[in-house]
Amino acid sequence: MDDTPENAAFRQELRDFLQTLPAGLTRKVRLAQSLTRDDYAVWHDMLQARGWFAGPWPREFGGAGWTAMQRHIFDEETSLAHAPRVLPFGITMLGPVLQKFGTKAQQDHYLPRILDGTDWWCQGYSEPGAGSDLAALKTRAVRQGDHYIVNGQKTWTTLAHHANWIFCLVRTDPDAAKPQQGISFLLIDMASPGITVRPIVLLDGTSEVNEVFFDDVKVPVSNLVGKENEGWTCAKFLLTHERTGIAGVGFATAALDAVRRMAQATPAGGKALADSPTFSLRLAQAEIALMALATTNLRVLAAAEAGQAPGVEASMLKVKGTLIRQTISDLMRRAIGPLAMAFPAEGLDGANDTYTPGPPEAAAGLRQYMNNRKLSIYGGSNEIQRGIIAKTRLGL
Amino acid sequence: MEFSLSDERRMLQDSLRGTLERHADSPDLWPALAGLGAGAALLPEEAGGFGGTGTDIALVAGEVGRAGAVVPLIDSLILGAAVLAAVDGADTAAVTALVEGTATAALADLEPGARYDGTLATTARPRPDIRLDGRKTLVVGGDSADWFMVTALDSDDARGLYLVAADAPGLTRRSYDLMDGGRGADLEFVATPARHLGTDALLDRPVAAATLAICADAVGVMDRVLEMTADYLRTRKQFGQPIGRFQVLGHRMADLWIEVEQARSAVMNLATRLDDPARDLHLSAAKVTVGEAAQLVAEEAIQMHGGIGLTQDYGLGVLVRRLIAADARFGDRDYHLERFAALRRG
Repeated sequence: MDDTPENAAFRQELRDFLQTLPAGLTRKVRLAQSLTRDDYAVWHDMLQARGWFAGPWPREFGGAGWTAMQRHIFDEETSLAHAPRVLPFGITMLGPVLQKFGTKAQQDHYLPRILDGTDWWCQGYSEPGAGSDLAALKTRAVRQGDHYIVNGQKTWTTLAHHANWIFCLVRTDPDAAKPQQGISFLLIDMASPGITVRPIVLLDGTSEVNEVFFDDVKVPVSNLVGKENEGWTCAKFLLTHERTGIAGVGFATAALDAVRRMAQATPAGGKALADSPTFSLRLAQAEIALMALATTNLRVLAAAEAGQAPGVEASMLKVKGTLIRQTISDLMRRAIGPLAMAFPAEGLDGANDTYTPGPPEAAAGLRQYMNNRKLSIYGGSNEIQRGIIAKTRLGL
Repeated sequence: MEFSLSDERRMLQDSLRGTLERHADSPDLWPALAGLGAGAALLPEEAGGFGGTGTDIALVAGEVGRAGAVVPLIDSLILGAAVLAAVDGADTAAVTALVEGTATAALADLEPGARYDGTLATTARPRPDIRLDGRKTLVVGGDSADWFMVTALDSDDARGLYLVAADAPGLTRRSYDLMDGGRGADLEFVATPARHLGTDALLDRPVAAATLAICADAVGVMDRVLEMTADYLRTRKQFGQPIGRFQVLGHRMADLWIEVEQARSAVMNLATRLDDPARDLHLSAAKVTVGEAAQLVAEEAIQMHGGIGLTQDYGLGVLVRRLIAADARFGDRDYHLERFAALRRG
């Protein structure tokens, strides 16, 4: 399973490029601190200058036309280098939807604005009453002449406070026979009158997600993507793209390295914690699981390279990948021992103005342990993924 | 083993629960609890109390945990008052102040970079009166304590316990938030005057009692988390029905309930053997059983709530953080698993 010569060259090119990342930025990522809008902008601009920001997009739309394996190599190398993630909302979510379902005018207008950083998108899917049961969404769009009037509420909207546009699933036909029918995919300018964004503070004290309220928001009908009442088709298509890199092998590998370093540097009973019987077995178990996952992931990628769109396999990678990452963050929590008594302070947007005892890696580990609980909840909870596996793969 | 509470203890439990509900976020909570006799219930007669058995401690700590109350029960009473009362020539006024809740004490034993093996570098030297030099970390309640009980090595490298007043010269503290919502501090001593209380064996029983209290507190927290989660599963609807009707969630809730009952039993085992030669074995067993249950309950409660369980406003988060902190103090479950095995090997 070594890289092909082309992929090996790509990997080397990436590694050289990642050496040029600002040290302050990789430090923030390594220490799990919140990134500012500028932090992301610096990273996106670096990538765009190299033609890699929209790596997965076809060349005709300004992308690099990466294969599934190249995307995987990119995810892996950027994780190991502690680069920020590429925000998915424009590149991996909306971009492919517009390329598939958008009008020529929509493609010509929105895609370049994603590439040059003019537009920052966020995703308006979940609602207070529509989480796992997304099709129960109630945000209403009523057509009045050339506009829709939108009323309702979205929630868990990641980085809405950085975005100037939001793509939303809205209900255009409340009387449709099935809840999945009667939903439309709408692009909404966040500067429109009637939109309110409210941050949600999470248990680690950070707030990367928001509530977004719509109160008689006027949206031009030309902002509809695909056909009215057929937004569910766009949503399902988007989901298959959201799931590339879902196994998080690179993240897990970097996190396991961090645990190992912490355990080697932590004295416990006259030796390093990494050499203690219980902890060394736990580390070994996590590493063994990750070795198998890396290959499972490559098997799915190989099938994707051969033109097979990952379906139920993505569910498998989501479940196992998130469980392994959570196991590794739990190991970090164990490694820091008594330091897990202290709240790992970090002001919003990375302003670290309060004192936390212990090395910053310990506080980062504890923040990650708490923050990583979301992995098995978002993007289709692990319960939903298991349901998909049981039904579509096992015929139950 | 007596499995049901005596009438007196049941009355204490009822009044504690009522007071904890009424004063949940009030600054008067601690004096109010002390007024109920919570303090006296936790201390043996020689320390000015009327109880102090393991069962008393488990009862009071369990109620405090269930209410999610942030009070200096463990540090000021179970550790502070018990230690100060056990010292030869005890300062009875200080003990009374701690029992009545008008002053607080904190234990400063852990040092930066140390784990659970009691690594000690702080020194106590006669110059000619005793002065301390060194650093302590994760002193629970350390931001507001009036007295610190500090472990240190004397000139012969013998481990001793020393009392330092919070306003003593040469003492600086840096405070911060703790996971359970309380406040902690790092302390630095530079030629800080201190009073020698005795050897650090003074801490043996109080630390075992405090560990019991942490375990009982965690079981109380888990009871509460289970109630919150069951309520949520009964009311949250997706796919046209309360999500608790989905068998996959119902079964997981049943598993959590079973593990919490196991944890309760492990706490009882320790509570009834707190003054028995089998104490150490049961202490490690309780820490392992409670630690495992606590992690399962915390993680599953969040997962079954979904996103709402991760938000600070909902109130589950602070309970989850309290469970994380409980495992981290006085030896986590991996430490106690190894310790149990070592004790068994003899």
